[in-house]
Amino acid sequence: MLRFLTRRTLGAVLTLFLISAVTYFMFFAIPQDPALLACGKNCTPDALKVIHTNLGLDQPVAVQFWHYMVGIFAGRDLPVGECAAPCFGISFDSGQPVWDTIIDRLPLTLSLSAGGLVVFLVVGLGLGMLAAWKKGTKVDKTVSSASLVLSSLQIYFLGPVVLGIFVYSTGWLDKPKYVPLTESFSGWFMGLLIPWLVMSVIFTAQYTRMSRSSMIEQLQEEHVKAARAKGMTSRFVFFRYAWRGSLIPIVTIIGMDMGALFGGAMVTELTFGLAGVGRLARDSVVLKDLPLTMGVLIFSAAFILLFNVIVDAAYAFIDPRVRLS
Amino acid sequence: MTMSENKSNTAGPDTAQAQREPDVSEPLLSVKGLTKHFPIYGGFPFKRQVGAVQAVDDVTLDVYPGESLGLVGESGCGKSTTGRLLTRLMEPTSGTITYNGQDISHANRRKLAPIRSEIQMIFQDPYASLNPRQTVGTIISGPMEVNGINPPGGREARVRELLETVGLNPEHYNRFPHEFSGGQRQRIGVARALALNPKIIIADEPVSALDVSIQAQVINLLQELQRELDIAFVFIAHDLAIVRHFSQRIAVMYLGKVVEVADRDSLYNAPRHPYTHALLSAVPNADLDADKTERIRLFGDVPSPIMPPSGCRFRTRCWKAQDKCATEEPPLVQLSGAREGHLTACHFPEAPTTEKTGPDVVLDPALVALEEKNTDKK
Amino acid sequence: MTTLTKTEDSPAPSSSGAFLSVRDLRVQFSTEDGIVKAVDGLSFDLERGQTLGIVGESGSGKSVTNLSILGLHNRRSTQVSGEIVLDGQEITGASDKQLQTLRGNKMAMIFQDALTALSPYYTVGRQIAEPYIKHTGASKKEARARAIEMLGKVGIPDPKNRVDDFPHQFSGGMRQRAMIAMSLVCNPELLIADEPTTALDVTVQAQILDLLKDLQQEFGSAIILITHDLGVVANTVDDLLVMYAGRAVERGTVREVLKTPEHPYTWGLLGSMPRLSQDVGSELTPIPGSPPSLLNPPSGCAFNPRCSFVDIVDGSGRCVNERPLLPEGRGSACHLTGEQKQQVFIETIQPRLG
Repeated sequence: MLRFLTRRTLGAVLTLFLISAVTYFMFFAIPQDPALLACGKNCTPDALKVIHTNLGLDQPVAVQFWHYMVGIFAGRDLPVGECAAPCFGISFDSGQPVWDTIIDRLPLTLSLSAGGLVVFLVVGLGLGMLAAWKKGTKVDKTVSSASLVLSSLQIYFLGPVVLGIFVYSTGWLDKPKYVPLTESFSGWFMGLLIPWLVMSVIFTAQYTRMSRSSMIEQLQEEHVKAARAKGMTSRFVFFRYAWRGSLIPIVTIIGMDMGALFGGAMVTELTFGLAGVGRLARDSVVLKDLPLTMGVLIFSAAFILLFNVIVDAAYAFIDPRVRLS
Repeated sequence: MTMSENKSNTAGPDTAQAQREPDVSEPLLSVKGLTKHFPIYGGFPFKRQVGAVQAVDDVTLDVYPGESLGLVGESGCGKSTTGRLLTRLMEPTSGTITYNGQDISHANRRKLAPIRSEIQMIFQDPYASLNPRQTVGTIISGPMEVNGINPPGGREARVRELLETVGLNPEHYNRFPHEFSGGQRQRIGVARALALNPKIIIADEPVSALDVSIQAQVINLLQELQRELDIAFVFIAHDLAIVRHFSQRIAVMYLGKVVEVADRDSLYNAPRHPYTHALLSAVPNADLDADKTERIRLFGDVPSPIMPPSGCRFRTRCWKAQDKCATEEPPLVQLSGAREGHLTACHFPEAPTTEKTGPDVVLDPALVALEEKNTDKK
Repeated sequence: MTTLTKTEDSPAPSSSGAFLSVRDLRVQFSTEDGIVKAVDGLSFDLERGQTLGIVGESGSGKSVTNLSILGLHNRRSTQVSGEIVLDGQEITGASDKQLQTLRGNKMAMIFQDALTALSPYYTVGRQIAEPYIKHTGASKKEARARAIEMLGKVGIPDPKNRVDDFPHQFSGGMRQRAMIAMSLVCNPELLIADEPTTALDVTVQAQILDLLKDLQQEFGSAIILITHDLGVVANTVDDLLVMYAGRAVERGTVREVLKTPEHPYTWGLLGSMPRLSQDVGSELTPIPGSPPSLLNPPSGCAFNPRCSFVDIVDGSGRCVNERPLLPEGRGSACHLTGEQKQQVFIETIQPRLG
């Protein structure tokens, strides 16, 4: 098991390195001179040349990439300023180290994703199981058709509609904002309530359908029948025998969704006017802030890979056949 | 059909085959030292080959024109892998496969193409082995199309003829597989195998997925075809009674090895290998008065072919095993007193009878305990 | 035996007093294509310590019968009528809660494929202990000790350690033994074994069949053994019931049915399977055609489209118009007279079987 996880982690690190390399070289394949971006509006040819040297752009790309990679672990002394250990460069736009900027925005994005995840997992799995338990009844039909309708909605549609109703028209709730959890729980909670609910409405539907079909499939398994033949109660069989197996496809989807959730944070954050990592990514692209774009990209990739490892560990936790083989 | 020179006589349907002298003709298909190992990867941190599933190990067999050779054994004995090697659906790790005097062990696709039409296969699962999106006509004419064969009268006429041969209505040419029952589907599979006038058919458990009453229909069909078209069969099955019924010569496999091979009389009435004895004794017999036969109950399952036991592979379950069995692999030879062509791989063979000669051999401790207790009760 | 075809139509009252008594059992499923009569008027009795074999091909209703005894059928889409009385207790009308106290306790089941019938997510020991805790109120520790005892009894080597293994760590034969241990853990009085050896290798099958027989002697359970293989029942069961298209077509002791079979379908089954004791040259005589659809079974005798003896039955069209009844006790559901059955069997069938 430990070996398995170690191997997966090593694989993830290797993948991350490859992603970094590919994106790094891609940026240098862009015909535009990065120095020009850093130079700003009042650029003179002399200033450009200085920047060129300062950024190390006169060196071969491979050497530059090497320095970049070393910088991540050891820090770098950049001409624009000191850049401490996890150094992803310094933003052209703000002059701040990229790492600090991302860390600064991270709590919001994490709160948004994790909160959404909790809501839609609890509600989604719960409704799905309810529908499976009551298969063929009105409850099942209502839940199933509602989830079909809701899953076809999109955040950029539902978001403004909810904002329009609950914030702008009735004023029942405040406009979403981020208050750090360390400052005030209620502020944090109330500030993110609308985005959570909107996100979970959309994701819940998918999990409801998934959990329902997976549950129904498991309930037809021979071992579920065998458990009933032992005299175990329907509830026991449902929660012990069927539920556990039904989690496997769901965990797979969670793994994929966490990536989407993190990447999709951009849309959510823009919809609700929140400034998280997603917003940062979009801004960095608009401002052509190369180091920042690189940083956010590598960071997101690392996050998705981390989740892949977590999903693999979860498989092993759920299914002993994975654990022991 | 084209092999009339090998057809000795067809007067008595069964006796003619039983008495066929293998030595009269050259083997049609012959394998020597056939071995297939599937590599296993593992290790840390980088995967590498750490072992191999020794699916088939040093198997030597001959199939003569027009004969039916049975391959029996339990799961993991390598009988299906052997079948796939014989059709060259797989390439052997080592050893040679000779068809009609031509070495095809490692022949490439182009060299194999003409031979493939003469070696055909019938599969176990009549549901999985027919493409559900093709009509019966397309399925059966497929082999002709691939090989660019245009029989006189056209392919469609040939397909209708084949459908009739296997006992299906030629009008069903345009139907799809799902419109047929399991037994009928297996007939379609047989018709496909016959499309190119094969000289040998490898049938891998062709009836084990079918109901009992349907099994007999398909067996009779295959038997008829074998006689009328003089096709050689390699009949792979786990059911010893069916193999006995269908094959004139039978090879018993255990963990990738042939442990005994003989004509059916000799194998079923005078087996020498302890494993053959155990297998025969284990066959559930609908005959109620069969208690004259010996009772042998092994313990446990067949061990893994990944690390098979040293020496004789059966020794871990054998009641006659001695030190020699662990160190020395018994060769497959004709034992003294055995009939010509009856080969056995055993250091300490059993007496050539299946009748009860001594006390029961019960190796299963649970059975021993229960049976002692139950006799005490009485 | 000649008048047996004329016995009553209506089911006998459940006063037979047998340990398990099934009377006029009917099981119907509603499907999109119509109503499937999976079991159509089945009656049988079984005494304690006895073994009943039920033989039939796929779709004969043999497995459905036993699922409905345990009450494991889908209650929404399945209709069960008739009487099932287990030790004086009527089961067909029982609530799920009542059935739960019986299942795994008084009656238990052995499934065909232990790989799918044991949950891959829990240890073998835990799965054996669960019904013991539920039905006897034992503590976890006691149940674990019981699981180890049972594993030892069914021949799992080193049960103290293997009890914590997961099913996939067992070999096929060992898994089936664990399954047997699980079904016997509460000393059930009725054990239903549904094709318990079909998924196993020949040498393992022999071990498991002997094990079941020996365990029955020790536990004294009544066993229903469902199989498609007449060879499996021959040395295992006392009585035999042959089913075809949801109906029982022949009943008797195993010796009666195998030695002097009466029903053309039984003849067909026996003629379809090669036997080791037969002469090598003997031909198989398969049953022509295929089993009927249960959505729309043939009228009269369900076997009539495949039967070669329709023409010699007295009274034209009887096989197509009139459903033959299975008498109580030894007999077969066929319009042939007793003499005819005997004559056909001795003159035509027996020589073929060799």
